[in-house]
Amino acid sequence: MHDLIVGNTLVENDWHWLRLPESATPVRKSAGKVVLFKLTGEPAATADVVAACEVPAGKVMVPLSVWLHRHAELENRVAAGEIGVWLDSHEEPVELAESVSGDLNRLPLIGVNFPKFIDGRGYSTAFILRTRYGYRNQLRALGDVLRDQMFFFHRCGFDAYQLRADQNAERCIKALKDFTTPYQTSTDGLTPVFRRRSAQQATA
Amino acid sequence: MSAAGKRPTGQWITYMYRYDDYDHTLVIERVAQYRDQLQRHLAGELPDDEFRPLRLQNGLYIQRQAPMLRVAIPYGMLSSTQLRKLADIGRRYDRGYGHFSTRQNMQFNWPRLEDTADILAELATVEMHAIQTSGNCIRNITTDPFAGVAPDEIVDPRPYCEVLRQWSTFHPEFAFLPRKFKIAVSGTLEDRAVTYAHDVGLQLYRNDKGDVLARVIVGGGMGRTPMLGSVIHEGLPWQHLSTYLDAVLRVYNRYGRRDNAYKARIKILVKAIGAEEFARQVDAEWQLERNGIATITEEELARARAAFSDPDMPERDATDASFDAQRAQDPAFARWVSRSVRAHKRAGYRSVTLSLKPTGVAPGDITSEQMDAAADLADRFSFGELRVTHEQNLVLADVALSDLHALWQGARAHGLATPNIGLLTDIICCPGGDFCSLANAKSIPIAQAIQEAFADLDYLYDIGELELNISGCMNSCGHHHVGHIGILGVDKAGSEWYQVSIGGAQGNTTSLADVIGPSFAADEVPGVVQKLIETYVEHRTPEERFLDTVRRLGVAPFKKHVYGEVARKAEVAHA
Ligand code: SF4
Repeated sequence: MHDLIVGNTLVENDWHWLRLPESATPVRKSAGKVVLFKLTGEPAATADVVAACEVPAGKVMVPLSVWLHRHAELENRVAAGEIGVWLDSHEEPVELAESVSGDLNRLPLIGVNFPKFIDGRGYSTAFILRTRYGYRNQLRALGDVLRDQMFFFHRCGFDAYQLRADQNAERCIKALKDFTTPYQTSTDGLTPVFRRRSAQQATA
Repeated sequence: MSAAGKRPTGQWITYMYRYDDYDHTLVIERVAQYRDQLQRHLAGELPDDEFRPLRLQNGLYIQRQAPMLRVAIPYGMLSSTQLRKLADIGRRYDRGYGHFSTRQNMQFNWPRLEDTADILAELATVEMHAIQTSGNCIRNITTDPFAGVAPDEIVDPRPYCEVLRQWSTFHPEFAFLPRKFKIAVSGTLEDRAVTYAHDVGLQLYRNDKGDVLARVIVGGGMGRTPMLGSVIHEGLPWQHLSTYLDAVLRVYNRYGRRDNAYKARIKILVKAIGAEEFARQVDAEWQLERNGIATITEEELARARAAFSDPDMPERDATDASFDAQRAQDPAFARWVSRSVRAHKRAGYRSVTLSLKPTGVAPGDITSEQMDAAADLADRFSFGELRVTHEQNLVLADVALSDLHALWQGARAHGLATPNIGLLTDIICCPGGDFCSLANAKSIPIAQAIQEAFADLDYLYDIGELELNISGCMNSCGHHHVGHIGILGVDKAGSEWYQVSIGGAQGNTTSLADVIGPSFAADEVPGVVQKLIETYVEHRTPEERFLDTVRRLGVAPFKKHVYGEVARKAEVAHA
């Protein structure tokens, strides 16, 4: 069972996470090409798989590749609030933003996958979605979502956490508050510590 | 609660940054968080591979013999109170000593895993921690050990280092980078922080109006692929340091390679796309936050600057008759002065380096008894404050000229006055195969054998300034690439060999050393160094240091002299 925390409460998960089988050969994007330099050795689904996959009924988080190639056919369901999109750790928020003509808030949910918890790209993805693209709806951490990273997820803009199956939800909720006086600003509305210090002094 | 200005942990007076309630709460909460992680691990709930990145971010390695705990010494500054606490920890939790690393940190080699949370709690009582001293995150920021006192200083880098320390500590977006990330800051004419060999180097300077600006250098580093960094931004106003670094880190976090640890440092990314393109991407990213809420305020800088104000140093004459007399009468004192004492911006004061490189001790090692002694010396002679250098020595920054003799006597009584600063036996050396599980070869015994071979002080002084650096593997913790002589442990068919290079340098003329040829067995190394020195002595002009002769003549004559004899032996060994 993957527990789902939204905000700081354990809730029922009514979204299906649609994943595609990865192709056997990793897509190697070459290092050194100015624009293409993304990451090497990411496995990805082939175009055929993307075209053929079935998007089940109900609320579904679809992979970015499915969304990009098939959003025309999913439009009605978007209007009904049934379609969310999830990004893998190497995928670009800009592609998603452009595909919805800049209005990400048409989507009720965006997911960001952490294939391994030491892969920290998703934190930047979340930051970018929240700040550059002004996304305000649910931002859900998927994959290797563990207690010891809850604090970081939250600060970078996630507000929903689909826990790895072995995680204890209660402890994860507690871990959202591991630190009460972080130094930096982030997308969680906290100002940098130096502004808090000076505000406090002004009112003291 | 009035946070600002509250001093939770005692009344020690220092001229460095002190915690307020915000800082203090953070380290206390960290201890609790780590204690919980450790307990879950010991209870079997947190498997090795998940505990590992967490403990690393807290400076805890599992080494050959025991865990090693690396304690952060932000930008190398310590109060005597903190050093006494380290001495105490060394006694109670280790074997009565500690080790200063080339990252201006302290390492304990023999703590018990079960005790590590308690050690962190002890550290927290003196405003210390082990946060981000290892792991793939932003590491301890390093700077010039003579910051604030050097006569050639343009900008005191320490307030900026402190502001950036806070920015980098538990930065939520950059806790799991592709690889470790090291930042160095300098503010002097002569770069003493090796800014060109860091992931990010910041050189602070002033424009004609006196505003502080930064030259941002990215993509330097040692390791397997040594590289000097590239300037990607000239003249960045200090207010933007943290937002600009956010942008640098964001580009790196997203596009740095994660498939191969050896290609994961930022330098590989910068090289792959080119410094110009990298700068362009950073700039585009920066626009998102530029002038935003994270822009550093005048008020914050003023607060940090005030924390590093000069001690209340009495006015003194530029000369001191008793000092001149002592120096004339006591050649051993004069010798020590010639190596260990540096100019100070204030008349009648000097900065003093205490050598942690006596022959027969691992470079950078210091016993608890010596830590206490150094703390006492700092209290008596230097306003209770010390610095750790990346050359693994200690500095007392503000010593009156008239106190030098008494300080020397005190230091000598505790083995802290070896007069070899900047000379061949002042070796930079990583822990190597005796402790480090990544090592290809031992490094400490090599350092000791070389120190023994060059124990004669007259000879050592005749050779003059020479930096000899040893690393036990390509991770280059011993900075061998920038040693005038660099020695690197290599593994050949399971046995330990040493590759020797010459011509590296730190400072304004940073350069990477060239390998002289096939590697050597451990017992050959002192002889090889001997031959390199002989070549230098034969060819030098009166003003030349070893490095200058290498630069003038190139590797060839050195190589010839070295391999003239050992070449055959080496060939046999490699056959
Ligand atoms: S250089 Fe290698 S052997 Fe030496 S401390 Fe670093 S990792 Fe260990």
